[in-house]
Amino acid sequence: QFGAEFRRFSLDRYKPGKFEDFYKLILHIHHIANLEVMIGYADVHGDLLPINNDDNFFKAVSSAHPLLRVFIQRQDEVDYSNFGTNTLSRKKKALVTLRNDNLRRRPHINISMPHDFRPVSSIIDVDILPETHRRVRLYRHGCEKPLGFYIRDGTSVRVTPHGLEKVPGIFISRMVPGGLAESTGLLAVNDEVLEVNGIEVAGKTLDQVTDMMIANSHNLIITVKPANQRNNIIRSSRMSGSSGQSTDSTASHHSLPTSHMLQNFHPDEMESDEEADIVIEGGLEPQHIPKLHSLTSSSLSRINGSSLSHRLQRDLVLNNSSGRESNGNIHKLLSSLKTDPRHSLVIPRGGIEEDGTVITL
Amino acid sequence: MRRFLRPGHDPVRERLKRDLFQFNKTVEHGFPHQPSALGYSPFLRLMAIGTRSGAIKLYGAPGVEFMGLHEENNTVMQIHFIPDQCQLVTLLDDNSLHLWSLKQHGGTSELREEHRFTLKGPPGSPPSATQVTAVLPHSSREVLYLGTESGNIFVVELPSFRVLEDRTITPEAVLQRIPEDNCNRRSCELVEALREHPKNPDQILIGYSRGLIVLWDLQNNKGTHHFLGSQQLENLYWQRDGSKFISCHYDGSYTQWPVSSDNRQSEPLENTVPYGPFPCKAISKIYWQTTKNGLPYIIFQGGMPRASYGDRHSISVIHGSQQTAFDFTSRVIDFFIIFSSDPAAEFDDPSALVVLAEEELVVIDLKSAGWPAVQPPYLASLHCSAITCSHHVSNIPLKLWERIISAGSKQNIHYSSMPWPIDGGTNIAPDPPQRDLLLTGHEDGTVRFWDASGVCLHLLYKLSTVKVFLTDADPNDNMNTLGEDEWPPLRKVGTFDPYSDDPRLGIQKIYLCKYSGYLAVAGTAGQVLVMELNDEDAEHVVDHAEADLLQDQEGYRWKGHEKLKTRDGPVRFEAGFQPFVLVQCQPPAVVTSLALHSEWKLVAFGTSHGFGLFDHQQKRLVFVKCTLHPSDQLALEGPLSRVKSLKKSLRQSFRRIRRSRVSSRKRRGGGGNASEVQEANAKFDQDVLQEMELAPVQRKIEARSAEDSFTGFVRTLYFADTFLRDSSRHCPSLWAGTNGGTVYAFCLRVPPAERRMDEPVRAEQAKEIQLMHRAPVVGILVLDGRSTPLPEPLEVAHDLSKSPDMQGSHQLLVVSEEQFKVFTLPKVSSKLKLKLTALEGCRVRKVTVANFGSCKTDDYSENDLAVLTNLGDIQIISLPFLKLQIRYPCIRKEDVSGIASCVFTKYGQGFYLISPSEFERFSLSTKWLVEPRCIVDMPEVTSNNHVHKSGTENAARKSSPGDCGEDERKSERLMEHALLNDEKVLKEIQSTLEGGR
Repeated sequence: QFGAEFRRFSLDRYKPGKFEDFYKLILHIHHIANLEVMIGYADVHGDLLPINNDDNFFKAVSSAHPLLRVFIQRQDEVDYSNFGTNTLSRKKKALVTLRNDNLRRRPHINISMPHDFRPVSSIIDVDILPETHRRVRLYRHGCEKPLGFYIRDGTSVRVTPHGLEKVPGIFISRMVPGGLAESTGLLAVNDEVLEVNGIEVAGKTLDQVTDMMIANSHNLIITVKPANQRNNIIRSSRMSGSSGQSTDSTASHHSLPTSHMLQNFHPDEMESDEEADIVIEGGLEPQHIPKLHSLTSSSLSRINGSSLSHRLQRDLVLNNSSGRESNGNIHKLLSSLKTDPRHSLVIPRGGIEEDGTVITL
Repeated sequence: MRRFLRPGHDPVRERLKRDLFQFNKTVEHGFPHQPSALGYSPFLRLMAIGTRSGAIKLYGAPGVEFMGLHEENNTVMQIHFIPDQCQLVTLLDDNSLHLWSLKQHGGTSELREEHRFTLKGPPGSPPSATQVTAVLPHSSREVLYLGTESGNIFVVELPSFRVLEDRTITPEAVLQRIPEDNCNRRSCELVEALREHPKNPDQILIGYSRGLIVLWDLQNNKGTHHFLGSQQLENLYWQRDGSKFISCHYDGSYTQWPVSSDNRQSEPLENTVPYGPFPCKAISKIYWQTTKNGLPYIIFQGGMPRASYGDRHSISVIHGSQQTAFDFTSRVIDFFIIFSSDPAAEFDDPSALVVLAEEELVVIDLKSAGWPAVQPPYLASLHCSAITCSHHVSNIPLKLWERIISAGSKQNIHYSSMPWPIDGGTNIAPDPPQRDLLLTGHEDGTVRFWDASGVCLHLLYKLSTVKVFLTDADPNDNMNTLGEDEWPPLRKVGTFDPYSDDPRLGIQKIYLCKYSGYLAVAGTAGQVLVMELNDEDAEHVVDHAEADLLQDQEGYRWKGHEKLKTRDGPVRFEAGFQPFVLVQCQPPAVVTSLALHSEWKLVAFGTSHGFGLFDHQQKRLVFVKCTLHPSDQLALEGPLSRVKSLKKSLRQSFRRIRRSRVSSRKRRGGGGNASEVQEANAKFDQDVLQEMELAPVQRKIEARSAEDSFTGFVRTLYFADTFLRDSSRHCPSLWAGTNGGTVYAFCLRVPPAERRMDEPVRAEQAKEIQLMHRAPVVGILVLDGRSTPLPEPLEVAHDLSKSPDMQGSHQLLVVSEEQFKVFTLPKVSSKLKLKLTALEGCRVRKVTVANFGSCKTDDYSENDLAVLTNLGDIQIISLPFLKLQIRYPCIRKEDVSGIASCVFTKYGQGFYLISPSEFERFSLSTKWLVEPRCIVDMPEVTSNNHVHKSGTENAARKSSPGDCGEDERKSERLMEHALLNDEKVLKEIQSTLEGGR
C-alpha cells in the first residue's frame, strides 16, 4: 500500500524546525498517523539516507535543491542496509545488497546493524578467501574523506614447488591520518596487496597498480595479505587446502578464487557501481531534476542475455519473501527516478562479463 | 556455456586478424644519434656510419640502407671496408674487431656479422701491447694489418682472424735499419697510421705517433725507407702515383715527402702550416688529390689558429688559389673524398667531400664553382631545431604534393644540382603506395614538411612562422657576411642550429587539410596561425585577433611568458604556406589542442584555460569557453612552472653524470685501460643507483577530484556533423575534452555558402558530459549509422570517401586515458565501454582511427583504434565494439620522449623518436609496409660463394616474417635498446619524474 503515492509540500528552507514536527507533518499529510514509518531522503549523490533525528533532518533540508525527495516506508519493511550505498541511482545494486543481506543478516537479525550510517568499508568474500587474506572494499560514495594511503614496491616470500622464493610485491607503505583507509582499520602499513578489484597485481609495476587503484577509486576492492595475521578469523575446516597453511602466501595464492572474478562482486555490480557520468543537456543551467521513465520499459530491457539467469534467481529471492514486495517496488520506483537513463541499455562487455559461476552461495 | 566461448577465440575472426595486423619496425629515419665512425667503399659506393651505441648503418643510393648492431653496444671507433669485397671490419672501443658482410638472402641483401676477434698479447703483457690504433685491410683481401699502442703491427688472416705471428712487424725490426742517433725505442711507440702503397701492394707506410715514418717491404720483411718527422704525427696520405706522400701533424702543419728509390732517408719537400704563424690546432686527417689541370686539392681537417679559432670544427679545401675552410655546426667525426675509383685513371679528380659531423651529414660538391653543398636524400637532421610536435597526413592529393614541392624547390636553389654521389646498391622496394607527409614542428618556430612515403625521409619544404613576429634576433644579423680578405676563409655549412631565438616561437600543434591546402599552426605562446598555400611570393598584412579565454573571471594573474609581439604592417612571405590570420590566446599559454574545419572555415584551439572557435572566413571570433576550475591556481601561474623546474634540475644532474663519465672514459690517449674504465663506470652506476634507492619510491592512492590541477587543460577538439540536439536534424558541432574528464559539445550554425560572408557563425552549448572517473579525455570521435568514423572535411566532396550514413543513429566515442566509452547520440547514454586502466594498469597516450586492409583480399578493410599506452604497448581495438584485437610491445616504457613523440598514420603505420634525431617507423598493417629492400651486387668481381637461388620477389616477401624475420626483429630491438645505454639511470629519472606528478 506504500506503493506509489506522491505528495508535494513546502517547508521553510531556513527554519526547518524539529524532526518531531516534521515527522508529524509527514504522517498528517499522508494520512497515516497510525503507522510507524521510516523517513528517508535522496541526497545529492542519489543515495537514500534516513531521516530520524534533528541533525540529519536539517542536513536533508539544507541539501535540497530545490526539491527534497522524501521517501516514506513502513518501519518494519525498511531494509536498513539499503541506506547509503548509492541506493537511489542504482537499482541493481540495491537488489544485490538486498540479496546479500537476505543471507548475511540472518544470524544477527536482532543485533541491529548500525543501520543509520552509511557504510565506508567492508570485508567481503570471507567464505571463499584463504584465511591469510582479506578482501576489503572501500566505499567512497559521498564520502568527503580521502582514500588516504600509499603503496610501495617490496619483496615477498612465496612457497613454490622450488622452495621459498623471493618475489616482488606491492605493499601498503603509509596511511594518511584521518583517511578512509586508516579509519576502516582493515588495512595497515606493510600489508601486501594481492589484487585490485579482482585483478592480480603480480607482474605489474608500482605505477600500473597505482593507476589501477586510482581508476577503481570510486569502488576500490583490494585483497591484501595483512602483515599482522593475528586478527584473522579462524574458520572451521570447511575450506579445503588452505587451513593448514601458516603464513605463506603462495599456496594460498594459488587457492585464490580462480579467474579474475570476485565472488560477491560480479560484473553487474561492477557495472552498476560504476560512476554515472553526468550529462548536462542544453544550456548552462544544470538540471538535476531527473526525467521519469516508465517502470516497465526499464525493468524489461534490463533483462538481457548473459545475466538473465541470475537475475531470475534474484527475482525469485524477491518474490519468495513476500513481506518485501513493497520494498522491491520502492526500489524499482527509485531506480526509475535516477538521473541517467543509460541503464536501459546495458550491454555485456567481454571477458569478465562471463558470469555463470556467480551465484554459488 | 558462454564462458567457454572466450571472446577473441572465434576462429574466423582470428584468421582475419592474421590477415589484417602484423607488427614490424621497418626503418629508422633521420640522422644516427651520436655517430662515432665513418667508412666508405669506393668499390661498392656505400658509406658506413658507426655510433656510440654500437650500431652500424650502411647507405648507398636513396633507398639502399642496411643496419647492424654489435652485441656489445660499444662505441664503434673505426670502420674499414675490405677492398673489392662486400665486407667490412669494425673496431670497437673494447678493442674487438668485427667482420661484417653483405650477403644476398631471399632476393635482398642483408648485413650480417660473420666473425669477431680480440687481439691477445702474450700472457703478462700490458693491455696496451694489443690496443689497436690503426687498421689496414690489405688489397690482397687476405690479411689485416693492425697497428697497436705498443708499436707492434700484427697481421691477421681474413676471414678467420688468425694471427700470423711470424709476420708481426715489431719495433725492434723497424729500428734495426735506422741509425741509432736519430731514433730510439720510444720512436716506435703507438702506430698512428698504416697506408698501403697505391701501386705496389708489397709496400706499406707505417707512421708512428712520435713522427717516425717507415716504408716497409712486406716481401723482404724489412724497412726500405724512413722519414724523420719532427712533429707528432696525426695521419698520412699517399699521392696517387706513389711517388710522394703527405703527413699531417699535431702542430697544424703538413709535410710532403718524396719516395725515391735511391735515397733511403729523404728530407721533406715542403712543410707548411696553412693557418700559421700563430700556434695552430692539429690537422688530424689530410687528403692530397691530383687533377688533370695539375693543381691538386689539399683537403684537411682542423689546423685552425688555436687562440682565435680553436673552437671551430673545420675542414679546409685548398685548390690553387681557392681556399675555403668549411665551418661545421658540430664536431667533425670523420670525412672522406669521393674521387675516381678506376685504378687505371691517371688522376684522382675528386668530385665530392663527404663530412660526418656529430649532428649532421654534409656533402660538398667539389666540381661546381663555389663548392656548393649537396642536399642529402637521407640522413636528414630532424633535430636541426628540437622537434616539438609532429603531424602525419596520409595520401596527399597530387596537386597539393606538387605545389609543396615547387615551394620547397624555391628554397633549395643554393644547393648543388649534382646527383647524389653515394649511389651504390639497387633499391628494389616497390614504389610507395601513396604520398604521405610528415610535418614536424620545431622549437625555433618552423614547420618542416617531410616526404614520408618511402624509406628515405626527405625534406620537401620548410615553413617559418617567425616572420609574423618581432623577435630579438635581427634578421639582418647575418653570420655569413664575410669580407674578401677574411682569414681564415671560414664558411658556415650545415643546417643544425639547436639554439632557438625565443622559445615562445615553438610549434605545439599542426593541422593540415590536404584537400584545401589550409594549414593551422599553434605555438607555445598561445599563437594560432591559419595559412593558405600560395604559389607566389606575396606581401600582405596578417589579420590579428585576440581570444580572451578567461572571459570575465576575476582575480587571476598569469605569471607565465608574455605573448609574442607582432610585426605591424605588411609582411613579405615567400611562396608556400602564407599566414593570413593570427589568433592570440589570452593568457598566452601553450596551445594544447587544435582543430581545423576547412569546409566550414573554422579553427578551434584550446589551452590550459579554455578553448575558442574562430571563423577564419569572416575573421571573427565565434566564442570562447573557459574550462578553468576556480580552485586551479596552478594553471594560472604559467606554463607548468613546477614541472619544468623539476625537469630542468633532473636534466642538469643527468648532464653532470654524463660529463663525469665522458671524462673518465678519456679514450685511448692517456694510456686508459678499457676494462678499468668500464669497471669505474659500472661502479659509478651502482653508486648512483644506491643513492637513489635510499629514498623508497611510494605512490599515493587518491581518487581524482574536481579540484585537481590542470583539469581545465583542453586535450582534444573535434568537429563533427552529427545529431547533437535531436535525432531528426543533424548539425555542425564542436567537441572539446579536458584533462578533468569533461566533454563539452557545442552546436554550430554555419551559414550556407552563398551567405557565408553575410551571416555570422553561431554556437550554442548543447551538452556537457562529466566522466565520473575524471581521467583526461584524449580523443573524441563520432561514428555514423554504419558505425564508421565520420569522414574528414571535404573528403566526401573530393569523392574520396563515402558520405556518412545519416539515417542510422550516430554514436559518440570518448577516449579517456583510462577508458573507451561509446555513447548514443543525441541522447548521451552510455552504450558500452572498455576499461583499460582498471584492468591492465596502463593508460592511453595516443589514439587514432586507422584503416586496416586485408593482405589476402583487396576488398576487405576495417577501421580500428590504434592505441599507444604509457607502457609503450600498442593495442588495436575494434570499432564499434571496443574489443581488444591484439597487443604489441613497441616502445620501452622508460622512453618517455619516445612515447610522447609517437604519431600514427591513417593506415596503421606510425613514427616515434628513438633519439632527438631519429624516427623509428613501424607498421601494424600487413598491407602497408614501408621497409628497405635492396641489393648490393659485387660490381665486376664475380664470387662463387654468393650463388643463391633467388626466388620471385613475392616468395621472398612471404618468407621474411617467418624464418629470417625473427633475427631481424631481435636485432631491431637491440638497436633501440642500445640507444640508451644508461638505461638504469634513465629508469630512475623516469620514476622520479612520475613521482613528482
